[in-house]
Amino acid sequence: MTKSAYRNKDKRTVKIDAYGDTHRELNAKLRDAVSNGTLRIELQNVYGQRYIGTDLDKPVEIEIFGVPGNDLGSFMDGPMIIVRGNAQDGCGNTMNNGEIIVHGHAGDIIGHSARGGKIFIREDVGYRAAIHMKEYRDKKPVLVVGGTAQDFFGEYMAGGIVILLGLNLKEGEHHKARFIGTGMHGGVIYLRGSVEDFQLGKEVGVAELDEQDRQVLQKYVGEFAAHFGYDAGEILKHKFTKLFPLYLRPYGRLYAY
Amino acid sequence: MKTYLPPKFIVERDPERCIECEVCINQCTFDTHYYDAEDDEVRSREGTCVGCHRCVLFCPTHALNVRTIPLDYRDNYNWRPEFIEDIIKQAETGGVLLTGMGNDKGYRIYWDHLVLNASQVTNPSIDPLREPMELTTYIGRKPDKIEVDADSSNLKTDFAPQVRIEVPVMFTAMSYGAVSLNVHESLARAATEAGTLWNTGEGGLHPKLYQYGKNTIVQVASGRFGVHPEYLDAASIVEIKIGQGAKPGIGGHLPGEKVSADVSKTRMIPQGTDALSPAPQHDIYSIEDLAQLVHALKEATNYTKPIAVKIAAVHNSAAIASGMVRAGADMIVLDGLRGSTGAAPKIIRDNVGIPIEMALASVDTRLRQEGIRNQASVVIAGGIRNSGDVAKAIALGADAVYIGTAALVALGCCLCQQCHTGKCAWGICTTDLSLTKRINPDIGARRLANLLRGWSLELKEILGGMGINALESLRGNRLHLRGIGLTDTELEILGVQMAGS
Repeated sequence: MTKSAYRNKDKRTVKIDAYGDTHRELNAKLRDAVSNGTLRIELQNVYGQRYIGTDLDKPVEIEIFGVPGNDLGSFMDGPMIIVRGNAQDGCGNTMNNGEIIVHGHAGDIIGHSARGGKIFIREDVGYRAAIHMKEYRDKKPVLVVGGTAQDFFGEYMAGGIVILLGLNLKEGEHHKARFIGTGMHGGVIYLRGSVEDFQLGKEVGVAELDEQDRQVLQKYVGEFAAHFGYDAGEILKHKFTKLFPLYLRPYGRLYAY
Repeated sequence: MKTYLPPKFIVERDPERCIECEVCINQCTFDTHYYDAEDDEVRSREGTCVGCHRCVLFCPTHALNVRTIPLDYRDNYNWRPEFIEDIIKQAETGGVLLTGMGNDKGYRIYWDHLVLNASQVTNPSIDPLREPMELTTYIGRKPDKIEVDADSSNLKTDFAPQVRIEVPVMFTAMSYGAVSLNVHESLARAATEAGTLWNTGEGGLHPKLYQYGKNTIVQVASGRFGVHPEYLDAASIVEIKIGQGAKPGIGGHLPGEKVSADVSKTRMIPQGTDALSPAPQHDIYSIEDLAQLVHALKEATNYTKPIAVKIAAVHNSAAIASGMVRAGADMIVLDGLRGSTGAAPKIIRDNVGIPIEMALASVDTRLRQEGIRNQASVVIAGGIRNSGDVAKAIALGADAVYIGTAALVALGCCLCQQCHTGKCAWGICTTDLSLTKRINPDIGARRLANLLRGWSLELKEILGGMGINALESLRGNRLHLRGIGLTDTELEILGVQMAGS
């Protein structure tokens, strides 16, 4: 399903009131709606139900009002989820494909082991975001965070593209995360602004952007800006730092055979 | 650096028998045999032999034998050769000692101290050759009680998903990458033929093997390699791996050189990168978090299949198991001290965890005390060697057992403990394509299915001798066990009486 189909104005919207539903009941309603060919769902009164969208493999658009619970879109394979509020831990956990757009903050381990799809968080994320994200050929997950992040950002990363914009940092204020990219052995992290060496994991290197990096940033910061009403050009004017894994095999020399 | 490590094995070549055909040279992956052009002779060098017996068994004239070298150190009970040689190895490399297979230390093997009962005079034994014997086992959560409609005699109770196996022996998790695709195919086909299950381990499922999905358990471990919706949908059971008996609390590092093009396809990571499985699952730091992943997987599979949770048997397994069941696990797996591995730090393998017999007995007892034993099937792994061990495990409270080493031995493994080198001469624990073809899946599947058939027949003999005709009657029935040479505390934890009492 292409982007244009997502944006199709004519598609039928099904409204579901999540009030009083357990996660099982709510997901059953979603499965029903999606299997009936629904292309757009509005979820009202969501209050912490977990695993929303977990078992969906169609390119349906789900707009969530309220606060979805942990593991939003975990194992998800195709839908686009828009959260009008904050998301909690494990958002996009082991996600395969699709898109999650959060108009607010998100908790810990966002995009844990994600294998594909895109996650856009307008504000901050918690600890260990993008942990063990991985990629294979054309499947390359993307996480863009508008605010800042806590420690172990991009830990164990084995692939994918992670962008941290720090838009809510004040003039002269730095990202505070430490152990960024600890154990990283694949993928790339772009930080808007700079970080001190002590904030980085032992396995990452720092590099200037090249033309290809700029194209990547243009594409995904552009999408971020479009989702949240920012001016991409304005964001991209700022200096970016590229973090990359120094080794494909960070622990290759650990053992005696 | 000159190595101070003495050779471990000596190769004896009978010159009368050797026809210099060079089969030994071609079969050896450790460079032990070579052709000496000057003397026009096939020779062997001792230092590299690992004692895998590949050359011995493939020598067409039986000209070879491999023996341990009787290099005797001065007697010292404290400083045994193994410890001396480990230090030498580390002094020369500065690394963590790696090893393969299970714990080979002399910890007490409780199976060898348990004996089974049989019927004599007061109740008749049953001849399984002439009477039906049932080994069928259903894996999954059982209801607290059963309601039957009085009029139609139909069950009114809704059952959680159950998976039927015809023999209570399944093939344990061994990942593609650790073992070869041909091993996976052999396991999958044998499991299908025998009506049991095999487990993918955490390296994903090769597209070629999706057809065996009905007999497949897929694993979700900390690396989440190859985990995607089709993978989850393909299987009968999804197993969350928390720990492994050979290396409790330790993650896995599949070295980049084992991540071949095909392994990278299944793991879904680039070729040549290390496949790092973190020690913890980073979304699980508590029982509540475990419940979250269990339910995420139930949602992801729409409540159609049991979700299993596997832990290494450790000191407080009983309390943890209770938490696992309450977290929604439909099957819990305990992997004991002697559980095997494709690669683990030797110091962890040899020193961490508890014997599976103790873990099983205490977990089964605890779940019964709490009235939740029915809520999950209990499966054990780690050191099951024969059908006698299986029967004792069932009597101690297991629903079924996993075998790993036993299955590999059926395929040719000689327990040389070199799995971590990737040079397995038997073509089992390697991804080197020139070696993996040493396992022919047609023959491999046959050997494994034969093993299961043999064990099934033996289990039926054991049951018949006890005068019972269904495995279900033995399950958790510790009155059929007696202990020999055990202390009161050991008997108490095992919940069995001393032989003679």
